[in-house]
Amino acid sequence: MMYFSRLKIALILGVCVLGALLCLPNLMPAPTSWLPWQQVHLGLDLRGGSYLLLEVDMATVVRERLDSIADGARTALRGKVTGYQPPQAQPAQNRVVIRINAGPQQDEAVRLLREAAASAGPAEYDVVTEGNEVSLSLSPTALRDRANAAVLQSIEIVRRRIDETGVLDPVITRQGADRIVVQLPGVEDPNRIKELLGRTARMTFRLLDETANLGAAPPPGVDFLPLEGQPNAKEPVRRRVEVDGASLTDARPGQDNQNGRWVVNFTFDSVGARRFGDVTTANVGRRFAIVLDDKVISAPVIQTAITGGRGQISGNFNARSAQDLAVLLRAGALPAPLTVVEERSVGPELGADSIRNGAIALAVGFLLVIAYMAVFYGLFGWFANVALLVNLVLQIGLLSLLGATLTLPGMAGILLTLGVAVDANILINERVREEVHNGRTPLNALETGFRRAYSTIIDSNATAFLAHVMLFVFGSGPVRGFAVTITVGIVTTLFTATLFARMLTVRWYVATKPALLPV
Amino acid sequence: MFLRPLFRLVPDDTKIQFMRGRFIGLATSAVLSLLSVGLFFYPGLHLGIDFRGGVVMEVRTPGPADFGKIRSALATAQVPQAGLQRFGGPDQVIIRMDPQGDEKSTQATVARVRGALDEAQPGSRIVRTDAVGAAVSSELFRNGMLALGISLLMILVYIWFRFEWQFAVGAVVTLILDVTKAIGFLCVTRIEFDLVMVAAILTVIGYSTNDKVVVYDRMRENLRKYKTMPLRQLIDLSINETLNRTLGTSMTVFLASLPLALFGGASLSGFALMMLFGIVVGTSSSIFIAAPILLLLGENRLRRDAQAVPVAAGRKA
Repeated sequence: MMYFSRLKIALILGVCVLGALLCLPNLMPAPTSWLPWQQVHLGLDLRGGSYLLLEVDMATVVRERLDSIADGARTALRGKVTGYQPPQAQPAQNRVVIRINAGPQQDEAVRLLREAAASAGPAEYDVVTEGNEVSLSLSPTALRDRANAAVLQSIEIVRRRIDETGVLDPVITRQGADRIVVQLPGVEDPNRIKELLGRTARMTFRLLDETANLGAAPPPGVDFLPLEGQPNAKEPVRRRVEVDGASLTDARPGQDNQNGRWVVNFTFDSVGARRFGDVTTANVGRRFAIVLDDKVISAPVIQTAITGGRGQISGNFNARSAQDLAVLLRAGALPAPLTVVEERSVGPELGADSIRNGAIALAVGFLLVIAYMAVFYGLFGWFANVALLVNLVLQIGLLSLLGATLTLPGMAGILLTLGVAVDANILINERVREEVHNGRTPLNALETGFRRAYSTIIDSNATAFLAHVMLFVFGSGPVRGFAVTITVGIVTTLFTATLFARMLTVRWYVATKPALLPV
Repeated sequence: MFLRPLFRLVPDDTKIQFMRGRFIGLATSAVLSLLSVGLFFYPGLHLGIDFRGGVVMEVRTPGPADFGKIRSALATAQVPQAGLQRFGGPDQVIIRMDPQGDEKSTQATVARVRGALDEAQPGSRIVRTDAVGAAVSSELFRNGMLALGISLLMILVYIWFRFEWQFAVGAVVTLILDVTKAIGFLCVTRIEFDLVMVAAILTVIGYSTNDKVVVYDRMRENLRKYKTMPLRQLIDLSINETLNRTLGTSMTVFLASLPLALFGGASLSGFALMMLFGIVVGTSSSIFIAAPILLLLGENRLRRDAQAVPVAAGRKA
């Protein structure tokens, strides 16, 4: 207990120096590029910024999958089986139902559907008969895979869209089964980003059915879709998609040469260019519609065949909306709509206030604790105070190493750690004092004091550690920052209050050989 | 002298018979906790936005805030039931709105408030926006409660593992009494109960446990040391011996929390007040609750009476 070899002293001091070095990145920029230069990140509550929690609309994912299964079933059965009603998607039960009377026709239908199911990939859906119904139910694994793919794809699209806006260092992460966390440092008003993320941006090029009567019900294969900006005006648009927006390779805002109005210029990839060329060649003089999220942006007449793979969308654009549409088209369509379920944004001014308040509280608290230890514990109190300073340095160093995020509650956590860290020294000092009163020699008292106080120190820190690990697991946002600083602080406290402070005490004892301990 | 301690919190020869007041201590604690439970049901906790959902916006107006103007602009913009409140200086306003039907309308509300403010007092800045949907807030609440519950359970298991079961039961019963009082404190002061407050309560639990461990450790040690001393006397002795530790460690945490309450700004003051309250409650409960419970539970188990054979004592090393 009371012997420290040179090696041990060197190791302890080495840890302290290492801690100080780890703090450096917070004070200055990296001198060279090859050094690991990790620093503590300021949380959004301190530096200002926006936090958005987005939810992927899984109902849409399921519905679209069921629609395509229903389409497949229709194709599989067409012309081969008779006496069935069109497949109906039932999203609530994750299945598609086809009514067909039991008998040889049904058996034949089931055979064809099973064939189609097998070609859709292993275990995508099961074909089950129930009286006069055949149902195709999505298997849970397939459902999970779909959902997973939808979230991953959404994250990719969200990242591309946000990158297009020029926000620096956005952090986009997945949370749970169907959520995406978007952190935007420095963005005080996330409205524009929310607008960009709030659109699926699925664009399609389709032909119009000019014979349709807008007053009557839509004929089969035709939708009456509203025009963008004029919800009451509708266009009869064929359901068949001629060219999909996924075939776009580029989209840029621009101004029309003739009238100076804002337009979006786009370029197709080779497949899209060929398709677009074929369609326009075959339909010169007819109208086609550019549809974005079930709204018609424009429905021009095809003047000539467009074979170069380039085109122009002119709608009711201004500079901003043309820019936004170009961004959306470049980034691609979301697999399903996103909803903002939680939003937290903090302006930089409030963040600066918080940093100032936190720093003042930290400084005052630190001084109070130091004064208390000096007054009530004298020399040993000063040992504890030196250990406390080292503790602060190590804590910041370790937080930097972890690349942890410092939040306002996190600053409170640092201060509490300092208040609690000296508890260990108090326990030790009180114990030493007691042992002196029990008549032990100074060395013996120190030895016994340190040893006996240990189990108490370990027990009390272990329980606090457990509580804060739970907080980290179940907490979110700034509160996690609190849990991180406290748990890191408990680890550094165990080092400084026991090893470091003990080393100081022992070196002092060896140097002075006191007859009485100042306790 | 500079090297020597200048003061002691309590003299070394303090011999207070704490266990004399055990019934008063237990009764006071029980009454306070029962009152707190009552307050929990009526008027109940003032749930913060984390747990209740809705929208909170903090606004700084260019001059002193004109509440009438803002209120009427919000009404014109059809913002439902917006609560306005001064927050700090005269140019700082908090606008609160209850959770809307669904996430989309919550988002729409945020946009409308922005518009209304621009109209009422051009140049107003929204320095903070928190909008939490109903589904998310109930998840946050569930997770917060889980964190609290599991922490209590883990502390129970830990103390059970390290001490005899009487100590564990004593500690956890005391902690539960502490937590109910903390909730009562929140009900009375109308401090918002949110995730940060869960963190504060967990921290209080952690440090309150520290206190109990210090006292229990000494009792366990004394159980081995004085094999024939009656339990009641032994508990009193242990408390007196550790009084400087119990009070000293609480003092430092108290001193660290105090500046948070004074200078930490509005968002930390609730946290800090809970810490200060929790330290006082936790320290006194170590002495007046945890020890008497141990006395009641352990009277015939930890220690037979003074005449018992020494073998019965200190079974566990």
